[in-house]
Amino acid sequence: MSLEKFSYDNRTVKWFAYAAVFWGLIGMLAGLWAALSLAIPQLNLGYAATTFGRLRPVHTNAVIFAFVGNGIYMGVYYSLQRLCKARMFSDVLSKLHFWGWQAIIAGGALTLFLGYTTGKEYAELEWPFDIAITVVWVIFGANMLGTILRRREAHLYVAIWFYIGTWVAVAMLHIVNSFEMPVSLFKSYSWYAGVQDALVQWWYGHNAVAFFLTTPYLGLMYYFVPKAANRPVYSYRWSIIHFWALIFIYIWAGPHHLLYTSLPEWAQSLGTVFSIMLIAPSWGGMLNGLLTLRGAWDKVREDAILKFFVVALTCYGMATFEGPMLSLKNVNAVSHFTDWTIAHVHVGALGWNGFLTFGILYWMIPRLFATQLYSRKWANTHFWLGTLGIVFYVVPMYWAAFTQSMMWKEFTEEGQLKYQFLETVTTIVPMYALRGLGGALYVSGMILMIVNLVKTVRSGSFVADEPAEAAPLPKVIPVSGKGHWHNWIERRPVQMVVFSLIAVGIGGIFEMIPTFLVRSNIPTISSVKPYTPLELHGRDIYIREGCYTCHSQMVRPFRDEVARYGEYSKAGEFVYDHPFQWGSKRTGPDLARIGGKYPDSWHYNHMLDPASMSPGSIMPSYPWLLEDRIDKGKTPAMISAMRKVGVPYPHNYELQANKDMEQQAKEIAASLKRDKLETLPDREIVALIAYLQRIGKDIKAAPEKPLAVQEGQQ
Amino acid sequence: MKFINYLQSIDGVAIYPLVPLVLFTAFFAGAAWFALRAEKTSMVCKSRIPLESNDQYEL
Repeated sequence: MSLEKFSYDNRTVKWFAYAAVFWGLIGMLAGLWAALSLAIPQLNLGYAATTFGRLRPVHTNAVIFAFVGNGIYMGVYYSLQRLCKARMFSDVLSKLHFWGWQAIIAGGALTLFLGYTTGKEYAELEWPFDIAITVVWVIFGANMLGTILRRREAHLYVAIWFYIGTWVAVAMLHIVNSFEMPVSLFKSYSWYAGVQDALVQWWYGHNAVAFFLTTPYLGLMYYFVPKAANRPVYSYRWSIIHFWALIFIYIWAGPHHLLYTSLPEWAQSLGTVFSIMLIAPSWGGMLNGLLTLRGAWDKVREDAILKFFVVALTCYGMATFEGPMLSLKNVNAVSHFTDWTIAHVHVGALGWNGFLTFGILYWMIPRLFATQLYSRKWANTHFWLGTLGIVFYVVPMYWAAFTQSMMWKEFTEEGQLKYQFLETVTTIVPMYALRGLGGALYVSGMILMIVNLVKTVRSGSFVADEPAEAAPLPKVIPVSGKGHWHNWIERRPVQMVVFSLIAVGIGGIFEMIPTFLVRSNIPTISSVKPYTPLELHGRDIYIREGCYTCHSQMVRPFRDEVARYGEYSKAGEFVYDHPFQWGSKRTGPDLARIGGKYPDSWHYNHMLDPASMSPGSIMPSYPWLLEDRIDKGKTPAMISAMRKVGVPYPHNYELQANKDMEQQAKEIAASLKRDKLETLPDREIVALIAYLQRIGKDIKAAPEKPLAVQEGQQ
Repeated sequence: MKFINYLQSIDGVAIYPLVPLVLFTAFFAGAAWFALRAEKTSMVCKSRIPLESNDQYEL
């Protein structure tokens, strides 16, 4: 059979590689800054854009979608072409994909700094970006599927299945979680409220980890580890089982992020069971990767690339063992809202994603430039800097988590809480500083890699179009082995897409149907009322400043939490919360019952200078809230958008909302004046105080005797 | 907090976790059956796809 000549597109691969390195550095520096600002609050610099609450979403989004995102595309564009023995389907689509994604990243970072956020973790980008992400993702999918359809290799190698599964699952997750009602160009409210919003968000949040940080990287692992070790994957049989088990089970595990919250208990239990089941395919995959190096361990001692891969796989194994463990209710009771979560995700992010990306870059860049790596020694130094960085990062975080959690739960003999919340924070501040050292080591390793790669690039000449040749795919593919349906599907990419969609769709749909099926599934509490216009403005400010990155609004039904914060949270309290603000981390105390706890003047002084009210506080100050005016022009659009997503504001209420708002603002300004604090009623601080004073108060207004609907749930 | 009463108000609520569980188990059993019984030669052949180098700049 005659061979067809063609070439591989290395240019797009190179761009994505550069972008991954560039955004990776930016994202990690943002993380380092955010981490250090917890140890040294002055690093918040007194500007809105540089406070922890805005920096943290920039860090998480940059690392996940910019560093790992570009890392995925880099690896997929390189390996897919070679596994399919075909050039990428369309150079135009490749360009659109690259520049579209970079535009989203740049615009996203800018808007996050400016405070435009949906307030939903890892999905913070506002609605125009959600649409742009969908468009670019479709471009990526078309380019990938087009390449697969034009392939010259009959069989779809297992890495490609992971790419397809990733594409399908992320598309579904992103679209379902991003339903929102625009208020203005860069502001929207989540379509869902309270419990439902939480369920959808963490179904998304968990699966973003699964299908953005894990499955595509497993695909890359199945390609690059065999390449670097120059031997086939240990067991191809395992890889088939690994793939299907992983995509089926992962989608179910989301609710484990909401243990002990107001989420229905059956959903919590389901999340736990499937999380435990996840250990099997995850460890199967890890062992498959590690055992690929059988007989090549002598090389691991010398070769930095293999070292990076071994630690990446080990970290994957550790994180996927820890994940199911964290989903056990008794472990979760200790870990949740503490730095344990932060340690856990960084084992994954720094170890698995970071190290796999570094290994791939060291392997691939010299090949793109037809040269040798500039310095193997530096690569080894980078490996050790990175490894030490991970250790110095996660050990203090685990330490901090256990220390703080134990302190939260400790009672004196008289039955009083032993520690004030703030004491539990100041105790672990040294750990935050040590974590900063870990981060600095890790980043310095990355800088060394950049220098090494730049010198490598300079020493070679770029092969933009790499010549290759292969026989075309025959019209009828000879079947090897027994005719089995799986053999059939392995050669049919379109059907693979459909089946993957069914696999992840089934999990997602059935997980959520009961929550949406019956309105009474969320018990209504008659005294819970929609927010007033002023409170709504305050809530928007709360979201804008990223308060949810440090404060939860979810009192769990534990003795210590009820003693510290008050009555535990009920599902019915959140029915008007678009989006929900339960949070996932308590760097500051829970705020679910903050309403009415302190006078208005306390909040005013606290926002101006937190340490004046709580000596030793590491919270940034928010002086601009005292100066900036509430954007009254937006009130009608806010009320109208809220009504569209189901909040029962009266007909035409948007016409009188501003009048009501001014009235309530005047009352707060008057109350501040009684405490000798002069402020104009149109300042943002007034709206924020209104919101803070409202949180968690509605059920206190409930009649003494519980309503019939409440009785069943007590 | 017990939500069991709200779930009871949904007719046949148990079907929701059961349907996907049965579907998943059946599909997974099929895939596992295939993987474990597949011919060794075919598995070896497929696992070598990444190593079949057809690019001239492979180092």
